Amino acid sequence: MAHSLRAKTACIGLGMAGMGEAPGKNAMDLMVEATYLAARDAGISVQDIDGVFSATAVHSMPAMSLAEHIGVQPKFSSSSNIGGSSFMAHALNAAMALEAGIINVALIAYGSNQRTAGGFKTVSEPLPYEAVYKPRVPLTAYALTANRYMHEFGATREDLAQIAVAARQWANLNPQAFMQGPLSVEDVLSARMISTPFTKLDCCLVTDGGAAIIMTRAERASDGPHTPVYLMGAAMEHHHRMISEMPDLMHTSAKQSSQRALDMAGFSVNEMDSYQLYDAFTINTMLFLEDIGMCKKGEAKDFIKDGRIAPGGDVAVNTNGGGLSCVHPGMYGMFVMIEAIRQIRAGAGDDEGTRGQGGWLDNAKLSLAHGNGGVLSSQATTIWGHPDTV
Amino acid sequence: MTEKFEGAGPEARFEAYLEEGKFMLQRSTTDGTYIFYPRMINPHNGEADLEWVEASGEGEIYAATTTSRRTEQGGDYNIALVTLKEGPRMMARVVGIDPHEVKIGMAVTADIQEVEGTRAIVFQPAKGA
Repeated sequence: MAHSLRAKTACIGLGMAGMGEAPGKNAMDLMVEATYLAARDAGISVQDIDGVFSATAVHSMPAMSLAEHIGVQPKFSSSSNIGGSSFMAHALNAAMALEAGIINVALIAYGSNQRTAGGFKTVSEPLPYEAVYKPRVPLTAYALTANRYMHEFGATREDLAQIAVAARQWANLNPQAFMQGPLSVEDVLSARMISTPFTKLDCCLVTDGGAAIIMTRAERASDGPHTPVYLMGAAMEHHHRMISEMPDLMHTSAKQSSQRALDMAGFSVNEMDSYQLYDAFTINTMLFLEDIGMCKKGEAKDFIKDGRIAPGGDVAVNTNGGGLSCVHPGMYGMFVMIEAIRQIRAGAGDDEGTRGQGGWLDNAKLSLAHGNGGVLSSQATTIWGHPDTV
Repeated sequence: MTEKFEGAGPEARFEAYLEEGKFMLQRSTTDGTYIFYPRMINPHNGEADLEWVEASGEGEIYAATTTSRRTEQGGDYNIALVTLKEGPRMMARVVGIDPHEVKIGMAVTADIQEVEGTRAIVFQPAKGA
């Protein structure tokens, strides 16, 4: 029997604001701008929103602040923060609240001006038993993981660099991507070393950006101007907060979250048309390709060979250019879901703007959008589908 | 039952032991397994069955990274995850060796030293390693 939340809700509108650099705007400005654009995109008024979901790096109660700014009185809201994966969890939470009839129109939103505000600032409080050693949060945790991964599986810095190169090739097809231009493995390896084995180019961008989506129940999802994109499945799991408590650095709970999301959706991982995998660092894409089941543990280095995840390859991964080359304003999860949804809308013939040849996939109907939060701590997976997949 | 929780909490106790020059772990009185970091209750079984015992100080590097830092700010430094002989893993620094020379699998021994002004557990390459 199909899961009770399968395809019961859909994204009917989305918006992005200040992608890259947005001087003079604060995090709330960007979040509100994206919200307004998402409501317009959905063909509704902002005032129709009655459920608000948000997590940011600068507000202690973002859903409350956002609702106040836009002048709505939510019947349900959540500012739950599980890092960059918050928004996939919000989508699950929104689907639950919509399907239960508690709300009718859900807004999920994010905003950050951290590039123009002076660079990356961690959301995290100092972690006891770790802070004394001066780790760079979250970078150090991912560098430790990459170090262990290379040791266990014989992967090399060149293998990691291939991830950054593929992301840049996708970015070069996407005029909205912040980083453009050629990038070689050698460029990645010779960039400034930040924390071994990562150079600057193994690490995500620090940009500004706001993003929002509007979700509603299936029965009214077809009323809007755009193709509704259904939430086919969603699941989350987290099993640690601090990297020193991660049971095994080689295995994330993306395995559990993706499997449950796919089970809810009723599809296998190989049936997806695109894979949007939260790439805060090059190692993330390797781990998640393995953990969602695209290849066996330790084999991502072989899986990605010969441009397989780059434009023109047979597995479309991070088609906007990813957190490595498109946009990464502190938390990137909203943009992961939006790219997953936009590929389906573009495939359905909606006007999503122009991209270079191959930047919009042909006839994409199913997308996997995977979020990561903390230090590989929280994993949340969503599966989005074209109306035909319902 | 509540007497198990009397007095200072685990973080304060750990810090106090550190001030005395002791590196202490917690051990389950139920099955003898060790945990780190120190907690109120045992995350493996949900019981308040933890007692304090002194760590052997022996460990092995599980993962390591050299963090780049300007020379005038102290230069590059190591951060490692160390698997303790007793089982748990912890974050630490390996000192007394070029950070680039810290390798996975290296045997290390705990010491208590100042790390940038704060007393903390650090590790050094084990003698004879």
